[in-house]
Amino acid sequence: MTYQAFLIKYSEIGVKGKNRYVFEDALVRQIKRSLYPVEGNFVVKKQSGRIFISVEGEYDYDEAVAALQHVFGISAICPTVVVPDEGFDAMAEAVIKYVDEEFEDKNFSFKVMGRRANKQYPMTSMEVAAEIGARLLDAFPEMHVDVHKPDRIIYVEVRENIAIYSTEIPGPCGMPVGTAGKAMLLLSGGIDSPVAGYMISKRGVTLSATYFHAPPYTSEQAKQKVVDLAKLVAKYSGPIDLHIVNFTDIQLYIYQQCAHEELTIIMRRYMMRIAEHFAKENDCLGLVTGESIGQVASQTMQSLNCTNAVCSLPVYRPLIAFDKQDIVDISEKIDTYETSILPYEDCCTIFVAKHPVTKPKLEAIEKHEHLLDEKIDELMKQAIDSVEIIKVQ
Amino acid sequence: MIYFDNSATTRCADEAVEIMKTCLQEDFGNPSSLHGMGAKGKDYLKESREAIASILKVQPKEIYFTSGGTEGNNLAIKGGVEAKKRRGNHIITTKIEHASVLNPVKAFEKQGMEVTYLGTDEYGVINLDELKAALREDTIFVSIMMVNNEIGALQPIEEASKIIKGFNKDIIFHVDSIQAFGKMKILPKKMGIDIVTVSGHKIHGPKGSGFIYINEEIYNIMVPQILGGGHERGMRSGTENVPAIAALGIASKLAYEKLDENRNHLYSMRNHLIEGISGIEGVSVNGHLDENSAPQIVSVSIKGNRTRAHVILNALQDNYGIYVSAGSACSSNKPAISETLKSIGLEKDLLERTIRFSFCPENTMEEVDSAIAALKELVPMMQL
Repeated sequence: MTYQAFLIKYSEIGVKGKNRYVFEDALVRQIKRSLYPVEGNFVVKKQSGRIFISVEGEYDYDEAVAALQHVFGISAICPTVVVPDEGFDAMAEAVIKYVDEEFEDKNFSFKVMGRRANKQYPMTSMEVAAEIGARLLDAFPEMHVDVHKPDRIIYVEVRENIAIYSTEIPGPCGMPVGTAGKAMLLLSGGIDSPVAGYMISKRGVTLSATYFHAPPYTSEQAKQKVVDLAKLVAKYSGPIDLHIVNFTDIQLYIYQQCAHEELTIIMRRYMMRIAEHFAKENDCLGLVTGESIGQVASQTMQSLNCTNAVCSLPVYRPLIAFDKQDIVDISEKIDTYETSILPYEDCCTIFVAKHPVTKPKLEAIEKHEHLLDEKIDELMKQAIDSVEIIKVQ
Repeated sequence: MIYFDNSATTRCADEAVEIMKTCLQEDFGNPSSLHGMGAKGKDYLKESREAIASILKVQPKEIYFTSGGTEGNNLAIKGGVEAKKRRGNHIITTKIEHASVLNPVKAFEKQGMEVTYLGTDEYGVINLDELKAALREDTIFVSIMMVNNEIGALQPIEEASKIIKGFNKDIIFHVDSIQAFGKMKILPKKMGIDIVTVSGHKIHGPKGSGFIYINEEIYNIMVPQILGGGHERGMRSGTENVPAIAALGIASKLAYEKLDENRNHLYSMRNHLIEGISGIEGVSVNGHLDENSAPQIVSVSIKGNRTRAHVILNALQDNYGIYVSAGSACSSNKPAISETLKSIGLEKDLLERTIRFSFCPENTMEEVDSAIAALKELVPMMQL
C-alpha cells in the first residue's frame, strides 16, 4: 500500500504546559532536518496534538521511516491513509478499503479507535468507533471484535480530513534536539562516549565534541574512526562540531614529570580543562563523558572526584550507573558498536600505567600537578590554538 | 609510499593488468562456448595452464584453477581427506599453518578424525623426528606449508616427503606453497608432493586467482568441493575466471623468468634490514637470520611500553608512509594471538609486539634504508 502521510506521535512533549509549542516546533524542525536527505516532497505540519507529514508523489518509504526513527521526541510513526471528509458513509467505505488492502488475511480480532480533533463532527469518537466497527464486521465476516486484547487496532481520526492507520512504528522517544541547550561531549574511539552522546542528545541536548589525538602514538585511522563515530551520533543529534586536539606534547610532558600511576588521572584532568575551554567558547552549558563508576581505574568515585574538580561547568555522565553490557547493547542499537571496536588505539589506552592509582586523593593530585608548572600553560595554549575543527553532519 | 606488505598482497603487474583488460573487454568469450570467442577463452586457459605446468615440471592437466589460496587449501584438504577416509582416521599438520589449512583440518577433527599438530623449534621449523614419530598406520593425509607466512620459516619439504612416502606412499602429502611460489623452485614430482596450492595475488597476479596442482595419480579419488558443470576436469566447477587465470599465468611466468635475480635482490634487502635494525634497543628478528629463511619476510618484535603492533604499524604509515603488517595480515582485522609466534617460544609480551616486513622484487634498497631510519626514530619514542 502507498501511504501519502505519516502521523507522528510524541511522548513527553504531550505533558508540557504552555511551553508545549516550543517543543512541537523543535520536533517539526528536527523532522524536517531528518527528511531533508530523503528523496520526496514532504510537508511537515503541527495539527492538534499530532504532527502530520504529508508526501506528494513518489518517495522511498523505508528510507523515510529510517530517517524518522532517528528523531528524538517521536514515540511512534504511523503510516497513514488520508481521505477527504465527505460524510460518514464515505469514511466507512475508506476504512473498509484500507482494511481490505492492508491485511491479506482477515482472520484477526480488532477494535476501532475513533478520535475527533474536529469537535463539530456530528458523531462522538465512541460512536465513530462503534459504527465503523459494525461496518467492518459486515464487510469482512471473518474478522471479530476484541476490545481488550485485539490483534489489530484500526485508528480513525477525524480532522480536516480523515486519517486511517493501524501500524505504529516505534520512534526513539526522548525530547527533540535543540530544546535543552548545548553540551561538549568528550568523544573517544571507545564504546562508551558515543553512547553517552546519544543519550544526552535524547534529552534534547545539542552537541559539540572534543577528541584528543596523540600522533605518532595514535593513528590517522584512529582519528577517522572518531569522525565516523561522530557521524553516527550526528544522525540522532544533528550536526556536531568535532574539535580535534593534538595532545601528544601534553601527554609526554605529564609522562616525564609525574608519577606514572597518576598519569591517567592527571591526563584526564587536562582533557577536561581543554574540553571546558572549547565548551565555553561554544556556549555549551556542560561537559558530557562516557564514564561509568568503577569501569576502569580513572572512573572510580575517587578518580571522578579528582577529574571533576577542574571543571566549573557541570559534567553530565549519562552512563554513570550502567553496566558495560548495557552500554554495549545501546551501542549495538545505535550502530556505533562495530566502529567502536575497530582496533585503532586512543591516547587514553596507549599511555596507561601498569598499576594506575584507583583511589587518588584530590589534594595529592593537585600538589603533584605543580610539577608541570613550568611548561603546561604554554603546552595547553599550543594545543588549544592548533585545534582542528571538523563539521560533522 | 613504501609498501612492505607483499605477503598480504602485491601490486598487480602491468602485463597481468593488460591481459585482464583484453580478456574482459575483447576476448571475453566463455571457454565453454563452442564458437570462436569461446575457443579464444579456452586458449588463454591452455596457455596459462601450460606456463604453470612447465614451471612446476608437471603435466598441464594436473593444474586446476581456483579462486585463490583459501579455496585451494580447502579443496586439497577436504578433497584429499574425503578421498582416503575409508582407509584411516588420522591427519598430520603443523601448528603454524594458515587458517585456510587449520580450519578445514579442525572441521574434520570435530567430525571425529584424529589430528597431530607438529610443533616447531625456535626458528619456526618442524622437527622431522617428530613427524616420523607421528606417522601411523591410519595416517591418510599430511599438510605442511613450505614457507611460513608470518616469520618466513622454510620447512624441509623434500625430507618430510621422503619420511612420509617411505612410511606409506598412499598418504597424501599436501604443501601450501602460497608464500613459496615465485620465490623458490617447487618441483612436486621430484619433491614427492601430491598437492600444491598457490595464490595469484601474492605474486603480482590478481586477487581471486590461484591454482592447485594435483598429482594425476590421485586425480580419480580426489573429491571435488564445488560441483556443477564439470569445469576443470570436474575438480572445480564454475565458469573459469579467464581474465584472472590469464593474468595468473603471466604473473607466474614473470616470477620465474628472473627467479634467481629476484631472490638475490630479496635476500639483499632482507639482510640489509636485519643488519640495519639490529642495533636498535629492544628490537629482535624472529626465525633464522640467514638464507635458511624465506627471502621476502622479516618478522620483527619490539620490546616497549607502546610498541603494540597496531600502534607501530599505524605510526609507520602516518609518519613515514611505510606500510607493514601486524604479525600476519590474514586474520581479517581481528587481533588474534599468532600460533606461529607462540610456537617459536616468543615471550608472551612480544606476541602482540611483532610486525612483519614483506618485500617484493619491486622494492628497493633505498626503501629499506628509509624503513631502518624510521624505526630508529620511532622505536625509542614508542618505548618511553
